[in-house]
Amino acid sequence: MPGSPKAKLETVAYHLNGSAINARPGETILESAARHGVEIPHLCHKPGLRPDGNCRACLVEIEGERVLAIACCRRPTPGMAVRSDSERARRSQRLVLELLRSDVSGTPQDSANELGQWCQRLAIAKPRFPEGPQPPADLSHPAIAVRLDACIQCTRCLRACREIQVNDVIGYAHRGAASRIVFDLDALLRTSSCVGCGECVQACPTSALAPAGASRFAAPEKAVDSLCPYCGVGCQLRLQVKDNRILRVEGRAGPANQGRLCIKGRFGFDYVQHRERLTRPLVRRDGVAKTPNPDFTADLRRVFREATWEEAMQRAAAGFRDISERHGPHSLAGFGSAKGSNEEAYLFQKLIRTGFHSNNVDHCTRLCHASSVAALMQMIGSGAVSNPVADVRKAEVILVIGSNTTENHPVAASFMKNAAHAGKTLIVMDPRRTALARHADYFLQFRPDTDVAMLNGMMQTLIEEDLTNDEFIASRTTGFAALKAHLAAFPAERVAPICGISARTLRQVARVYAGSRGSMIFWGMGISQHVHGTDNARCLINLALLTGQIGRPGSGLHPLRGQNNVQGASDAGLIPMVFPDYQRVDEPEARRRFESLWGAPLDARPGLTVVEIMHAIGDADATDRIRGMYIMGENPAMSDPNLPHARHALSRLDHLVVQDIFPTETVFYADVVLPASAFPEKTGSFTNTDRRVQLGRQALAPPGEARADLEILVDMARHLGLDWQYAHPRAVFEEMRRAMPSMAGITWERLEREGSVTYPCRREGDPGEEVLFGEVFPTADGKGHFAAAPFSRAAELPDAEFPWILITGRRLEHWHTGAMTRRSRVLDAIQPAPTVDLHPTDLDRLAAGTGDPLRIRSRRGEVVAYARADPGMQPGQVHLPFCYREAAANLLTIDALDPDGKIPEFKFCAVRIEPA
Amino acid sequence: MAGSKEQLFTPEIRAEIDQWIAKYPAEWKQSAVMAALRIVQDANGGWLSRELMDDVAGYLEMAPIAVYEVATFYSMYELKPVGKHKICVCTNVSCMINGSDNIVGHLEKKLGVALGGTTSDGKFTLKEVECLGACGGAPMMQIGKQYYENLTPEIVDSILDRLE
Ligand code: SF4
Ligand code: SF4
Ligand code: FES
Ligand code: FES
Repeated sequence: MPGSPKAKLETVAYHLNGSAINARPGETILESAARHGVEIPHLCHKPGLRPDGNCRACLVEIEGERVLAIACCRRPTPGMAVRSDSERARRSQRLVLELLRSDVSGTPQDSANELGQWCQRLAIAKPRFPEGPQPPADLSHPAIAVRLDACIQCTRCLRACREIQVNDVIGYAHRGAASRIVFDLDALLRTSSCVGCGECVQACPTSALAPAGASRFAAPEKAVDSLCPYCGVGCQLRLQVKDNRILRVEGRAGPANQGRLCIKGRFGFDYVQHRERLTRPLVRRDGVAKTPNPDFTADLRRVFREATWEEAMQRAAAGFRDISERHGPHSLAGFGSAKGSNEEAYLFQKLIRTGFHSNNVDHCTRLCHASSVAALMQMIGSGAVSNPVADVRKAEVILVIGSNTTENHPVAASFMKNAAHAGKTLIVMDPRRTALARHADYFLQFRPDTDVAMLNGMMQTLIEEDLTNDEFIASRTTGFAALKAHLAAFPAERVAPICGISARTLRQVARVYAGSRGSMIFWGMGISQHVHGTDNARCLINLALLTGQIGRPGSGLHPLRGQNNVQGASDAGLIPMVFPDYQRVDEPEARRRFESLWGAPLDARPGLTVVEIMHAIGDADATDRIRGMYIMGENPAMSDPNLPHARHALSRLDHLVVQDIFPTETVFYADVVLPASAFPEKTGSFTNTDRRVQLGRQALAPPGEARADLEILVDMARHLGLDWQYAHPRAVFEEMRRAMPSMAGITWERLEREGSVTYPCRREGDPGEEVLFGEVFPTADGKGHFAAAPFSRAAELPDAEFPWILITGRRLEHWHTGAMTRRSRVLDAIQPAPTVDLHPTDLDRLAAGTGDPLRIRSRRGEVVAYARADPGMQPGQVHLPFCYREAAANLLTIDALDPDGKIPEFKFCAVRIEPA
Repeated sequence: MAGSKEQLFTPEIRAEIDQWIAKYPAEWKQSAVMAALRIVQDANGGWLSRELMDDVAGYLEMAPIAVYEVATFYSMYELKPVGKHKICVCTNVSCMINGSDNIVGHLEKKLGVALGGTTSDGKFTLKEVECLGACGGAPMMQIGKQYYENLTPEIVDSILDRLE
């Protein structure tokens, strides 16, 4: 019985067990009691979940009322006298608990079992009632053990699955005494549609749903508050640790995740102790030559021998010095990592710039959002998101394009699904019908590669129908006239046959986007990874500027960042053309500032980007041929396009130093291998997709002789003759604050205290700006600049010989090149082998069925993967994840680049397919 | 499911379900779920496949799991193929007091199947159901759309003998 809307606004004074207390507006009896330290038994209630009132453990007596009330649903009214400790209330609570105890078999043993705890507190021994028949355990799932003989049917898991994560797997089936929790149509969990987020495990009060494996009842030694190491959502979590091992992971109430996690964050932590961890420095054995196609499964000891740290560091540094002396500084390059901390990224680029003396430093941002950033910088002067994901709550319309959010940013997707179910309009535009489409009001399955035409068509509709925000255009933008002239060639009716979406739908969607009080655009790699990726992104920015859908809460642009710290690594200057905080290396003023901060001369020439570096290795005639590389935590031998070429290039390097935690494919090309630390083995700050700077804290000691990356970097700098002193990440962070005005206001102490601070935060004490561009854009003239995007096609279109379109992507369970997730028992058990998605009719055409091996060939290479029927594909397209070494999708992809972002076209090339 | 509703069901079935949808406010389409399940079950020889339930979910914009919950709750929905004649014997309180156990026992013996089973010739399915609101004529059973009340084993025999 929720109170009337009016009652929600006021504090309510009432009596609980004889004491006067106040309930905050909207609070229930249970919640206000808890806040005042009065414990009322409860099981089906959990903060964050909708109250359901089904277990009846929270019965209380209200003076003047005939029947008892449930404290978890009842709101107090002024002057009400409530007793949770009266004889009658207690007797009923105890009877309920006793009945619930008789529902479960045995005695609840784990210390976290809430039923056991309450029974203990209310001194309930063996129940007087007989136990009923119990269902057998379902141990089919690698991550989650189901033992419904411990279930009390509180439906917390159901609400977690359906109302929080909106995965809609758990149901409450049957009737009366036969009612129980089921997955889909009573499937085994492993074969059900479960995505393994484990929100139900976190919700279950009795361990009826629990992490699989023996860790269920183990008591942790310590709990460490940290972050998920995987994606840019930046979920906060708590690691339960014992004997230098992680027992369990729980979601914490961070601003980006509100306690939620996905399967990777919750169950994908065991990679840390995989037997293949690098634990000693390695140097290549004399006489083991580098080849373009090494056997990646070979015994590492045949290629390398173990060395002391001192020998390894001396060799590593001597190799760099030698090349630099003979061929000049531009013959060296470094790849940092978007998986490392801000401090690591900062020191890495500083090392390359002051130790190698060039700007040849880049990282995988080049492969994900370089084009988005190019467009954003050009048009609105800032490459970061304008609003956090959490703003979907404030938006009216949410447009998601080129993003398989449920697989790549699962927790962000859960908030989008929540918003859709709360009545917001969700528009999903993608060549593939992905899981988010089910929740969409409009789903536009357009032809791959036609984004620009489609989006221009929508904009032209706005102009024709006079739905542009003229006041915003006049006061906040420049270049409208040119855009308008350009768009005249794109009426919806003309682009409809190009993109495969009817003019009616295009017009309708354009109206919905423009007409709302707040529209957000989210995009992913489907936009950016094209030779016209920058043009794709320009269209989205044009759309926001045309309609003024930017600069307010719930209204803005959000390119969903992929890696957990790709935002932070870019901010820290792990980019060839800019110093930290995007200060251009070719601007004398910026250069002088950094020269004085770092006390070293700096190169004025922008460096080479990822794919350019690969090309510059192969190019024997180039004066600046790259001959030596330092690669920290990246795996270009899997992640770069046109791998046959990239691997050939890697094998030609005179000197390659790889710093990593596993023998990745790239390690096989190395001369020196430095064993580094995994995420939970070090402390550092990380910046998520929302621009939130958050703290990851060390929970484990690194194995063997492996060292923290920061230490290795400092050591490398000293071996290169630099006098570096950084005792703690905090010291690096202090220097970064001096180098980066937009983060200057964030102190390490505040990070430790608050766990998350959003930048820009220029002065200490500033709250941090979640929503940007309310008044001006950070461009020279403060305006947003329209940029017309011409419609162009992919670099390699299908033809008679290679008639299919290949789209690369990811699987929920695997991260990037799989270096970590394929070494996680749980994650790899769920997705153990390379699969390729095709439309069922295409499979029929190939006379192949699900599970059959298919050979996929492009002009560059070939792989064999197992067929998977996916009706969400369009006929003629195939989707192949790129995390599988045994079928590396990038053997097929093309290394054609977007001219502005220098991003390769991972999302489109021509292939041929046949049964293998 | 957006955009593909026209591909679900036959036009006749869609029209019938739409009549039910029209009885509820536009944003409460899912209120028609029971009627929709009955309609598609009837058109499918008396049972609901998972695909049919998924289609109902898509048509009414519900999560499939929510449709499964309804289908498993009510005894009128069948999740497996059933015989030509579905014999639904009530065993709820009134019928139980008036001897429904006896009727069930008789039917099980006569048909050679347990409750929930279907005869090998596919002619009969025997089912236990909750109160069908005919307590005044207990014990009772329902076959097809017909109620049979005040049953005795002999009456049951004569009813079954008359069925094709
Ligand atoms: S499995 Fe756990 S959370 Fe789900 S209903 Fe049973 S006790 Fe509650
Ligand atoms: S959504 Fe991303 S950050 Fe959150 S748990 Fe999953 S992988 Fe980790
Ligand atoms: S906690 Fe109140 S009814 Fe379950
Ligand atoms: S109890 Fe059988 S019809 Fe009511």
